[in-house]
Amino acid sequence: MSVLDVRDLAVALPRGADRSAAVSRVSFTIARGEILCLVGESGSGKSVIAQSVMGLLPKNLPVTAGEILLDGEAILRAPGARLRKLRATRMSMIFQEPMTALNPVMRCGEQIDEVLREHTAKPAAERRARTLAILREVRLPDPERIANSYPHQLSGGQRQRIMIAMALVLEPALLIADEPTTALDVTTQAQILKLIQELQARHGTGVLFITHDFGVVAEIAHRVAVLRRGELVEIAPRDEVLAHPRHEYTRMLIAAVPSMAPHERPVDPAAPVILATHGLGKTYAAGGWLRRRAAVAAAVDVSLEVRRGQTLGIVGESGSGKSTVARCIVRLVEPSAGEIVLDGEDIAVQPARRLRSLRRRVQIVFQDPYRSLNPRRTVGEAVIEGPLNFGVPRDEALDRARRLFELVQLDPAALGRYPHEFSGGQRQRVSIARALAMEPELLIADEPVSALDVSVQAQVLRLLAEIRERLKLAMLFITHDLRVAAQVCDAVAVMSQGRVVEYGPAREVFANPQHEYTRQLFAAAPGRGWAFGS
Amino acid sequence: MDVPSRESVAPAAVRPQVGAWERLRASWSVRLGGGVLAVLVLVALAAPWLGTVDPTLFDAASRDLRPMETGEITTLDGDVLQHKFWMGSDSFGRDIYSRVVYGTRVSLLVGTASALVALAFGILFGLCAGYLRRLDGPFMRVMDGLMAIPPILLAIALVAIWRASLGTVVVAIAIPEIPRVARLVRSLVLTIREEPYVEAAVALGTPTPKIMFGHILPNTIAPLLVQGTYICAAAILVEAILSFLGVGLPPDIPTWGNIMAEGRVQFIAYPHNVFFPGVFLAVTVLAVNMLGDGLRDTLDPRMARRL
Repeated sequence: MSVLDVRDLAVALPRGADRSAAVSRVSFTIARGEILCLVGESGSGKSVIAQSVMGLLPKNLPVTAGEILLDGEAILRAPGARLRKLRATRMSMIFQEPMTALNPVMRCGEQIDEVLREHTAKPAAERRARTLAILREVRLPDPERIANSYPHQLSGGQRQRIMIAMALVLEPALLIADEPTTALDVTTQAQILKLIQELQARHGTGVLFITHDFGVVAEIAHRVAVLRRGELVEIAPRDEVLAHPRHEYTRMLIAAVPSMAPHERPVDPAAPVILATHGLGKTYAAGGWLRRRAAVAAAVDVSLEVRRGQTLGIVGESGSGKSTVARCIVRLVEPSAGEIVLDGEDIAVQPARRLRSLRRRVQIVFQDPYRSLNPRRTVGEAVIEGPLNFGVPRDEALDRARRLFELVQLDPAALGRYPHEFSGGQRQRVSIARALAMEPELLIADEPVSALDVSVQAQVLRLLAEIRERLKLAMLFITHDLRVAAQVCDAVAVMSQGRVVEYGPAREVFANPQHEYTRQLFAAAPGRGWAFGS
Repeated sequence: MDVPSRESVAPAAVRPQVGAWERLRASWSVRLGGGVLAVLVLVALAAPWLGTVDPTLFDAASRDLRPMETGEITTLDGDVLQHKFWMGSDSFGRDIYSRVVYGTRVSLLVGTASALVALAFGILFGLCAGYLRRLDGPFMRVMDGLMAIPPILLAIALVAIWRASLGTVVVAIAIPEIPRVARLVRSLVLTIREEPYVEAAVALGTPTPKIMFGHILPNTIAPLLVQGTYICAAAILVEAILSFLGVGLPPDIPTWGNIMAEGRVQFIAYPHNVFFPGVFLAVTVLAVNMLGDGLRDTLDPRMARRL
């Protein structure tokens, strides 16, 4: 008998949404010891399915039809008390954000103990022993210390291990993992994926693994179910889906995953250097009022070069200092050491007043499309703001905005609309148009596609490449995603702990990584065994 | 919604955005609070045509009438009118109904003006303290100092220094509210200034004042609107308290506070002197607060869900 049996599940959306049902007639089963990956883009209904199984659906999303059987027991219309009993004992869930899923004022050990106390009648000593045992099982070093730590004292990966320990401490038959590694760095992600695989194999747990990342699917799935706008378009064993996707939508999704093989494009080695940094450094001196705290070196001795018409990628995990470097170059933060040479002029030491000419030549596109446009201004105002600041007459600026909207493949008639009327990918196009309105020589893209669905990501990457070609821009591309870097960059700088550990032409770095850290990073990239996007 | 899109592959995500106006209209407390306030505003505007007489008129023959009694009242020209005292009269023979209706003008005016003055200065100080880090320390310490002064005492002192007038009362009520607004604005600015759209504006070379007033300020409006209604309600109450204490507006301007103050001595024998202005005061403050709660719930849905 299967652990989970979802039959013809349908969940309605509130009125006024873009479609009538969040999930329509979805059926699948998960066998003991099986990992089913539920894949889909944002808004496809993946999380809604997970919430229906856990009985955690918000009131405005009512289940309209279907049945969910957990170990043969119908749970969809089970009373609340019964569901509470089932949670943690028969089914449990881990979430995307390990930062907020743990109670910050409770020690980690107590949080695991609470699960045991609620659902078992074991004495305290036995519960403590079980807590330590499960912490050991999720490979946390020094379980005693971890059990006595508060969540903020642990790293993201450690917190996610605590979540997994909590979820598995009562050996549930079903584990639901909702994007459990999306917020983690790739090396941590690789470890967590391995851990989940190991534990579920040992305990025979059925896993419903929700993800948007085909790399992760390739790593962990036994079977794959592809969701599109609430409908299940394909469900099959992993190898079949990845190698011979049957549905057109699945084919599109898989084709949109960037390949790990660096692109082949001729690079002009004699192109003029637009931007060079020499020994750039940024130290945050967290000096308090009463006591001096230790200074944090966010970037140390960073020396890079970006040439006209070429893209330099800065690759690194969170906290590696890649964004700090970008912000220093745009002078959103003050560099504390080194030179930033733009067209032969050192701009690192210019006083704020003299930065105006810099503003024109260097522009930046940010990661989060939902926060990088002012919600109270039309996108047209956003695009013309820069030119207006530099004295371009309004009509001319609007003209330029219309041309730019065509360049980024948006309808110029939409200039009068507000950001909330656009999708994430469209907003990112607006941000790009806003940056280009200044006619910059250097465009800095700080994780411009990390928040986008894979199909939209491919379009935005294509657009950026096209613009760079057409306008002969120098581009500094910051990303944590090696696949994206492989597609976009001509040269790559790998950063770790504020330092550039490897720097060279993309083809060489990808083919023959020299530094230990680069090798780790490559080894951790999910799904590297599969030739996506080729 | 017709979203312009040339993205062929990905369907444009249509975001179900119900306009703030529709959500406001659907809110029960906004409708009730706003409705009552609208009626009060109409009453204040139309005071001369609502069967009132000049609120300062008195007639010794019509002292201490009970509600609904008829008596006579002498106009300034010396004519004697038969007048029905719907809410009775006070010990000078003045018509309570006329005084209460005209008092509505003062209360609403003081409430709105105090809220506007407090918001204007609070926004200015808060924006500067939040965005220009050098001003943060000095400005906020001054605000802390202001908050340490008991508001009623400060108001009494100010009224004592200057003369009791509408302007003085408004300023006296608004000053203690400024630090609260400034703190709210500052905390909002501290989060908004980190938003990428503000950084983008910096990168576009937008001048600092334009960033502060063009980008940051519009995004603080919703919580400020809510705060404004609370200040308005508090101001109406404080004005009544000041008048009741005899340090508010001069007695020739009828306000709910001084009507109650004058009726206080005879409260046991003639409770209507205190009862009617009291009811108006309570209803007005309740309506303003309901409007504020409704605004908060609709404009800041996160807060509503937490409650």
